[in-house]
Amino acid sequence: MSRTRTPVVADWFAGEGKSFRLLGTRCSACTCVFFPREDRFCRNPGCEGGALVEVALSRRGRVWSYTDGRYRPPAPYASDPELPWEPYTLIAVELEAERMVVLGQGAPGVSVRDLEVGMEVEVVPGVLDEDGETTWTTWHWRPVGVSA
Amino acid sequence: MSGEVAVLGAGMHPWGKWGRGFVEYGVVAAREALADAGVDWRDVGSIVGADTVRGGYPGFVAGATFARALGWQGARVASVYAACASGAQAIAAARAQILAGLADVVLVVGADAAPKGFFRPAGGDRPDDPDWLRFRVLGATNPAYFGLYARRRMAVHGDTLEDFAQVKVKNAAAGALNTNARYRKAVTAEEVAASAVVADPLRLLDICATSDGAAALVLSSMEFARRHGAADPVRIRAVSTVTPTYPTTVLDLPDIATDSASAVAPADGTFRASIARAAYEEAGIGPEDVSLAEVYDLSTALELQWYEDLGLCAEGEGAKLLHDGATSAGGRVPVNTSGGLASFGEAVPAQAIAQVCEITWQLRGAAGARQVAGARVGVTANQGLFGHGSSVVAVR
Ligand SMILES: [Zn+2]
Repeated sequence: MSRTRTPVVADWFAGEGKSFRLLGTRCSACTCVFFPREDRFCRNPGCEGGALVEVALSRRGRVWSYTDGRYRPPAPYASDPELPWEPYTLIAVELEAERMVVLGQGAPGVSVRDLEVGMEVEVVPGVLDEDGETTWTTWHWRPVGVSA
Repeated sequence: MSGEVAVLGAGMHPWGKWGRGFVEYGVVAAREALADAGVDWRDVGSIVGADTVRGGYPGFVAGATFARALGWQGARVASVYAACASGAQAIAAARAQILAGLADVVLVVGADAAPKGFFRPAGGDRPDDPDWLRFRVLGATNPAYFGLYARRRMAVHGDTLEDFAQVKVKNAAAGALNTNARYRKAVTAEEVAASAVVADPLRLLDICATSDGAAALVLSSMEFARRHGAADPVRIRAVSTVTPTYPTTVLDLPDIATDSASAVAPADGTFRASIARAAYEEAGIGPEDVSLAEVYDLSTALELQWYEDLGLCAEGEGAKLLHDGATSAGGRVPVNTSGGLASFGEAVPAQAIAQVCEITWQLRGAAGARQVAGARVGVTANQGLFGHGSSVVAVR
């Protein structure tokens, strides 16, 4: 059975392969960047507000910190209680151009032993979970130079 | 000082997993605080409840829920929700009423019967709720954020797992002396190291549990305290309830990203540091005046962070301050003499009130085996979700 590939959140990321990017917004008045995207109002207290325009975030960044989840998280995280829990990594990544830190899951197979603060990582498309009809897609961080 | 209010009474329901409702715990704590103050409930002009989040209304209207349980007597009422900072903001609301002359005596109550395991968002699909999103998209629990902070400290300041474990050893030793604490057993560094990893690098014994519990305070105007025969009560001199300054650059619960600092330069210092700074400024004191502190040790690593954010030591010196013994019993500035959340666990709306209870008993010289000799100034610190954080300064 073929499932529809659907982003877990609409308009937070787009593209395939090397052109995959996280999508934020930029205020046309003060140039502040927002991720997750802010489409309603600029949150800079010194800005009277401008149009918020979609912008692709940097593809690469450096690890600010990282951890993992050794216990099954509660709902609404989707996981099959029948299957043994497989820990995933969480990586907080500092984007130099945007001067912001963005959290994401590590790509499958990346464990905390593979990570170091300051290491370069890149954003790659990933799968969060699947149900009957839908493959829910997401973003993953993966150390640069690792292709697994 | 004209901005002060008196702490006439403090009370708690012991913390644990008791299997009863939060109202019962709150009423026990409230009655204890009223008895401690020597104030009849019918003479209380206002009640402020720190909310617990429940399906159904009573938890969301905690002030009236406790008032009904104690017996309706017509008092002014308020209910306050600010996640982990709920208790401190309930104190802030009570203090503001007293200083504005709206009430002479105010009862503040926080109580919870916590669910088992990880805190989780309420049910239903809410894709515009950041707290729902971090679970749905990332599976990021509260301990995951504590793990990120801990790993960051290891990388930036050279903290070690042994440093973190020593925080637990210290707080467990304090909690063993406190009859209100849930865990009353000494813990060794070896036991911390042998406990299961929850969120790398933190282990089960690095992270606080969820608990049932309650705490209450009776606050009054200084004039009422004098008339009531309390010539030299513990006084609350400051309650800070500041929000962050844009752009916030430290990844914070429950956010998926920080603000961008590309267009606006960040202010000096972090949000957490600004919470304490505002309290010190309002109280007209500095960190050098502090006799003891109660801080939110949601994780062992986070306690070290608070030492720095409260100005008890320079940035990056938290582990050194701990190893020097400054924050232990008998040290220069003991921290979490109550045993902290490490020994109590989290009962969200109660814990910031419980911190002020401990400071009150310490400043009265009534803390028994945990007493800090000659305590004159106590400070508390907590942080809730979504830009809530509070600090209370009490003096004697
Ligand atoms: Zn703007």
